[in-house]
Amino acid sequence: MKSLRGLTPYLLAFPAVLWVLVFSIWPFLNTVVLSFTDARPLRTPEPVGLANYAKLFRDEQFGYAVTTSLTYTLIAVPLLTFLPLLLALLVKAKLPGISFFRTTFYFPVIASVVVVGIIWMWMFDSQGLVNQTLQMLGITDRPVNFLVDRWLIILTAALLTIWKGLGYYMVVYLAALGSIDKELYEAAALDGAGPIRRFWSVTVPGVRGAMLLVTALITAAAMRVFSELFVLTNGSGGPGGHAMSLVMQIKQVGSGLAGQIGYASALSVALFVLTIGPMLFVGWVQQGDNVREGIRNWQKARAFKKSQRVAA
Amino acid sequence: MSARVDMPEYRVSFREKWQMGQGEMVLRYGSLILMLLISVGPFVWQLATSFKGPADDIYSFPPSFVPTDFTTDNYGQVMRTIPVIKYAWHSLIVATTLVVTNVFFATLAGYAFGALRFRFKGLLMALVLSTLLLPAEVTLTSQYLTIKSLGFADSLVGVILPGAIGAINVLLMTAAAAAIPPSILEAATIDGASTWQRIRHVVWPNVRGMASVVGLMSFIQGWDDFLWPLVVLSDPEKYTLTVGMQYLQSNFGSDPRVVAAGTVIALVPIIVLFALMQKQFFKGVESGAVKG
Repeated sequence: MKSLRGLTPYLLAFPAVLWVLVFSIWPFLNTVVLSFTDARPLRTPEPVGLANYAKLFRDEQFGYAVTTSLTYTLIAVPLLTFLPLLLALLVKAKLPGISFFRTTFYFPVIASVVVVGIIWMWMFDSQGLVNQTLQMLGITDRPVNFLVDRWLIILTAALLTIWKGLGYYMVVYLAALGSIDKELYEAAALDGAGPIRRFWSVTVPGVRGAMLLVTALITAAAMRVFSELFVLTNGSGGPGGHAMSLVMQIKQVGSGLAGQIGYASALSVALFVLTIGPMLFVGWVQQGDNVREGIRNWQKARAFKKSQRVAA
Repeated sequence: MSARVDMPEYRVSFREKWQMGQGEMVLRYGSLILMLLISVGPFVWQLATSFKGPADDIYSFPPSFVPTDFTTDNYGQVMRTIPVIKYAWHSLIVATTLVVTNVFFATLAGYAFGALRFRFKGLLMALVLSTLLLPAEVTLTSQYLTIKSLGFADSLVGVILPGAIGAINVLLMTAAAAAIPPSILEAATIDGASTWQRIRHVVWPNVRGMASVVGLMSFIQGWDDFLWPLVVLSDPEKYTLTVGMQYLQSNFGSDPRVVAAGTVIALVPIIVLFALMQKQFFKGVESGAVKG
């Protein structure tokens, strides 16, 4: 009976560990291995060395995909780092009806990207609401081709992400703003600092931790953009596929009966390299304490074992 | 929608109240209303469009939020075009299964990692944690090969399987289980409670709050996910709602009224869920549950 009890923790953790092994670690290792082969469906993969990686540098589509993903990231990250903070400042004060506003600002977060993308396609259409507004304001006299031009597609997709993410990061910032010492504002006000000065010298330093986390989260997510660009271009990736993101290219190259699984795997490894930096940073900010504690426990256990061995 | 959102409040000090003149109040409410238009305006407009008849000009400017030629035909039309109810049913199956499996298995693993001591615990936890660094998009191609070799390509099981136990959920439940005072667990052991009784009567009541967050996040993930079902499912009869909506838009998108009816059907369940569980939503964001 005693030996069975010792097994309990392993039995409890087993499904989770199995899942992680089968659906994360194994596919990742498989991706790395396949990236050195010419794997295709219904064929035995042959090793091809670094050929797939060499192809990356010659592949024009890969160049477009990386440029698209990077441009999208460069637009989305700074705006999505700062705008939600301003929004959080707007809704943090206790005003009548403020929780109604907070709740409704969160609305776009819960809708699926596909549904939102469909609404946006209609709004950014040549006859759509956005073009009509721009024309009424006299900013343009001809409809802007938001969904046809490569750079405008990327811009529209980034705006969609920003609009959809505002409410989420607003909540993140609200939690951070709550922990700023109120007296700092009062001291700054007494020193004659205006609202803008207070924003830069009290608010921003006060939420710096949250801001770093938000920036890293958005960067890691933005490099993996797929749905926004896919929906806005009906899956085509815009004219000539030039507004195709890296994930869209992976899906296109790797799927179907003629799918170049080997090359898609090399593209996936490239994506991993581009996302690991920000992901590591997110992991460190969120789980740093756990990781440090884990390492400490491991060292303690090792030291304990060593001392036992010495004693024996 | 008027339920109070539970978030850190800023007490308006006397000085601030005094300083906040009428001008600032107008400015604040003006910005709030502008943001309201930007954030929910498109949804309301979409809802209005779904009830507009052929005589309504859907491109009128400024946009009209009230249909003049009111009709519910668009809903009938979208159901004749794509099996939208079936798609919603598929999404519901995927989302609820993910809720059950994630809550159940993450609670078990969380209890083991958070409250029990055993050999290789650090190693196993590190294994689970490390996969948080691995975006699903990176393993997309291989993941599909795995699902295909298991015989689950083009099936809802294939859609569900990889997300059935999320590493982030295990992590959240581990944190929740670690917060249980060890004395209660020891007391239960001394009383001769079996492992299952301990989980049922001691662990579960203590981690229920986090479990509801995990459940909610799993539901949203299942309901809103697009890329993975798009890769797994090839038969239009088996689509989930997101894939079905994209299919509707790209193949039958000529009448925005009909597409609007489809999107409203896709939005209603998730909005109802949000209205019922706002607190857990915001708690989920704060506990660092990374959205999908």
